[in-house]
Amino acid sequence: MDVELKHIHKYFGPVHANKDISIKLSSGTIHGILGENGAGKSTLMKILAGYIPCSSGQILINGIPVKYSTPTEALKYRIGMLYQDPLDFPALKVLENFVLGIPDIPFLNSQKSFKKMFHDLCRQFGFSIDPESSVRRLTLGERQQLEIIRLVAAGASLIILDEPTTGISVAQKETLFRALRFLADEGRIIVVVSHKLEDVMSLCDVVTVLGQGEVVGEVVQPFDPNELLRLMFKEIPAPVPRCTLKCGHPLLWMDRVSAPGGRCGLKECSFTVKEGEIVGLAGLEGSGQNLFLRVASGLVEPTRGEIYLGKEKLTHKGRQVFKNKGICFIPTDRLAEGLFPDLTVSEHFVLTKFDDSFFIPWDKVEQVSVNNIIKFSIKGDSNSKVSTLSGGNQQRLLLSLLPQNPKLILLENPIRGLDVESSSWIWSYLQSFCLKGTAIVFSSSDLDEIFGVAHRIVVFFDGKIVLDSPLEEVSLEEVHQAIAGVT
Amino acid sequence: MEISWVFFTATILASSAPLVIASLGETFSEKAGVINLSLDGTILLGAMVGFVTAYKSGSVILGTLVAGCSGAVVASIIGIFSIFWRIPQVAIGFVLALTCKDLAYFLGSNYTRIKGPQLENLPIPFLSKIPVVGNMLFCHNLMTYISLALIPLSWFYCFRTRPGLILRAVGENPIACYARGYKVGKIQFFYVVLGGFLVGIAGAIYSLGVKPGWGRPQGAEGIGWIALALVIFGGWHPIRVAFGAYFFGFLQALGVILQNVWINVPAQLFQVAPFPLMILALVLVNRPTFMNRFFSMFYSRPPEALGKMFSLE
Amino acid sequence: MKITDWVIVILAVFSVTTVVLFLVGAPPIDAYMLIFKGAFGSWRHFAQVLNVWIPLVICSCGLLFTFNMGLWNIGVEGQIMLGAVGSTFVIKACSSVFSPSLILVVAGICAILGGALWAVAAGFLKIRGNVHEIFSGLGLNFVAQALILWLIFGPWKRPGIASMSGTEPFPKSLWFPVPAGWRVSPFMIGLAVVLLLATAKVLQATRWGLVLKALGSNVKAAGVYGISVNRNLFFAMLCAGAFAGLVGFFQTTVIYHRLIPAISSNYGYLSLLVVMLAQYNWKPVPFIALLFAILQVGSIQLPLMLRIDSSLSGVIQGLLVLTAIGVMYARRRS
Repeated sequence: MDVELKHIHKYFGPVHANKDISIKLSSGTIHGILGENGAGKSTLMKILAGYIPCSSGQILINGIPVKYSTPTEALKYRIGMLYQDPLDFPALKVLENFVLGIPDIPFLNSQKSFKKMFHDLCRQFGFSIDPESSVRRLTLGERQQLEIIRLVAAGASLIILDEPTTGISVAQKETLFRALRFLADEGRIIVVVSHKLEDVMSLCDVVTVLGQGEVVGEVVQPFDPNELLRLMFKEIPAPVPRCTLKCGHPLLWMDRVSAPGGRCGLKECSFTVKEGEIVGLAGLEGSGQNLFLRVASGLVEPTRGEIYLGKEKLTHKGRQVFKNKGICFIPTDRLAEGLFPDLTVSEHFVLTKFDDSFFIPWDKVEQVSVNNIIKFSIKGDSNSKVSTLSGGNQQRLLLSLLPQNPKLILLENPIRGLDVESSSWIWSYLQSFCLKGTAIVFSSSDLDEIFGVAHRIVVFFDGKIVLDSPLEEVSLEEVHQAIAGVT
Repeated sequence: MEISWVFFTATILASSAPLVIASLGETFSEKAGVINLSLDGTILLGAMVGFVTAYKSGSVILGTLVAGCSGAVVASIIGIFSIFWRIPQVAIGFVLALTCKDLAYFLGSNYTRIKGPQLENLPIPFLSKIPVVGNMLFCHNLMTYISLALIPLSWFYCFRTRPGLILRAVGENPIACYARGYKVGKIQFFYVVLGGFLVGIAGAIYSLGVKPGWGRPQGAEGIGWIALALVIFGGWHPIRVAFGAYFFGFLQALGVILQNVWINVPAQLFQVAPFPLMILALVLVNRPTFMNRFFSMFYSRPPEALGKMFSLE
Repeated sequence: MKITDWVIVILAVFSVTTVVLFLVGAPPIDAYMLIFKGAFGSWRHFAQVLNVWIPLVICSCGLLFTFNMGLWNIGVEGQIMLGAVGSTFVIKACSSVFSPSLILVVAGICAILGGALWAVAAGFLKIRGNVHEIFSGLGLNFVAQALILWLIFGPWKRPGIASMSGTEPFPKSLWFPVPAGWRVSPFMIGLAVVLLLATAKVLQATRWGLVLKALGSNVKAAGVYGISVNRNLFFAMLCAGAFAGLVGFFQTTVIYHRLIPAISSNYGYLSLLVVMLAQYNWKPVPFIALLFAILQVGSIQLPLMLRIDSSLSGVIQGLLVLTAIGVMYARRRS
């Protein structure tokens, strides 16, 4: 099967997300789609998978133009997609998830026959998943494997994977790559979307680089990393310089803290952060680092262990006290957890900067919000609802809501989903706090970010801290091993 | 003593029949992810429609079916508003609960306090002759048999058939269902209407069997809220939901007996008491750590997408 | 919503109601005329309308707090009942101790406390019991109903025979004073207006009002801002309960002068509809409450004159809310 995308355009309102994209995907290859955030990769893949329609353009399969507008119709043309967050049913059993993907299941779903099919496929790909277990208990990598099996069983000949290597262990990545290679050798087309150069280079046969909605280049094996980099970024971004560490006093001290929640909870974590220090938390998605941030910010109460700020005990004090002591938290999912979508920009300033007033002094509020909008170059005015702001602007708004002199800023994936420019702006702003003695603790699934700005790295595995080291004393290799739980 | 014990059980089975059917109907609807909060009104509307139809046509079966259809119509309003127009389900359901109740009283005002047809007991040949069990299980009206059969059938449907698997999947993750090619909106709509149909039938069983006749008050007031609570109490599991319905029937029957024991306690109190008790049970089940470990075994997770609108964005 | 939308809503409701009236074989024009006359026929009728308007407005004010936070305070019925119980308790217990005016003040305070207690109970069940406020509220409504029945048939029963007609009427000196010939308490009208304006001020101009709105918009973000969900939920429920308790006081001392089983007159549920139709906004509340009161009072004549049930008013009210919600969302989508 050969698939060809011809002159694909996609508009979202005034935004031109895909501009005249033409790509040929041929049987038996692993095709990489590379590009930074916002380059139009996801949009293009969603069009190919039938999830959204294109504004204009053609998709040809074996030279014949086809039209489809739903994932189901796409699957009829043997095109299937694996999303970054697997679209599965956590409450159901693995086998039930598998069965749901198969088009013609009989009325009585006797699961025995499917179990054999499932086992056979698992063996073929070298996966080991228990069909009776609930999907909730699987790791991200295992859920991904389940999705691949489902797509194969549903007869997909073209499989699209969106950022498949984010949040899975090194071992799982190897298994995945082997399986993908196997599938390609069988004559299928594999399309891998990624912004991770290294993964794409080690896996793909052909790479198409997208930039700002356009194809900027197509490269075949062997790859030259510098060429790819030059294609991805018109100019290679200068890394944000790490600010020098002024060794301050210990600020926050957590003593053998345990807490429930997430996939594995938090187990006996001890941790100290000093004034002016930037600490990066690494680990697979859901290994405890995000729960750790919530415990440190007072949002989640630990079941065991103590938290001290300076000499003062803060355990079980509640988020209000933590906040009043100058501990700030900015979550990843800004609209879901960080902002009030129906409130305006200036109303957010009332909630953060006018704590003491009973009646709202609207004219003062207006002044403060206009000042901040200018200072943080937020595109929007003080009366626009925050749900209408773009992701980058929402992040800038959240930063502008920080108090003047916070003691500790906790951030969850601070630059996820933002473009390079916004990211470097945000980090240089955050670093200005450190010079004043504020400590910053952030989690990131991107090791480059941690190695770029942090002074210290802390690695979580299965709810435990398995590595805690200043960055200059640790190699990338060691960090990889710690993330994968190899000791 | 044995006779009265058998009679007691048989009464519970018969008087809980509508509650079982209504709560199973709501279970289907909620398993598909849509809360039909209008139950309290729908049951009364079904009771009125069922009674009037049966009275006019003389056919109890026709009455029951038309009552079911009235329930389906109300449910389809909820379906259209919430699934296709994305209007909050709770708001629509609540308004409909009040409106349908008043509508039932209003439309039925010409038929109050008159004698109409009733569901007849149909003892099953041979089986009803078995001692004890025969009187307990096989001397009921048609709808009681149906309610008894519906419990294992719903369980089998949900957990052993393909459409049942799809039903559970839709309530868990509609977007994933869409990606697998299931028509989420249509499936949800179907189960909401099916649930409404069962609720309507439940109403008819009240006016044609359990509390014969129509009037204001009819005697089925508040039952819809109990059915809604039962679905949570039963953890969205058909058998446990039905168990809860029988438990409520037991409380009600117990009230009738105790009323004769403690004569100086007002009768109204016994009629009302099961309602708060039921809600109290809900509290215990819903919060495993609230009282003790024992109740945690009853706790279960609601369908992930319950009450959330499905949209592609 | 624009004026045109309201016209669409009213026309739609009118046509559906007319069909419903045909269904029961009642002449629609006569029915509408009766409702109109029943509400405006004389001062006596209109005073009755105002006597429904007052509790609807007060109760709706309380609900504005909870709705703003996204809470479904269905327990408002029970909160009214508890308010009624509270004021009856004071009147029964203290009638020989204090002067009548003092008793009324204490009864009012006690009613507010009773309503607030019931609301806080629902809030507690939500916070600690993890029970949705709809179910805890409903359960507490049933409990309140049971409590009133027990009181009427038990400790507070009429000498001689206990009946559904309620407790022994209070002595005239303990009736809430109403000017001769007025049939409606101007003080209570004033109170309703003041409470409405105060509610509007609190919700719009204070930080707390904004906090409630924020919580209604996104509860999950509250922690990041150091806003306590539980504390605000508690206070919002407290306000709603206090307002509902006041309605209970109004029902016992101004309207019925005793405790009856149906003391809440369904005003709690009705107020929920009022606030929903007002789209959780304070401005339309007095007007919608007036419309609802007119329907409520006007339809009392229906059973007598046309032999149709007075629940027609409920049907119209429900249809109004239903179509208004439909039209509103249709607008939002287009």
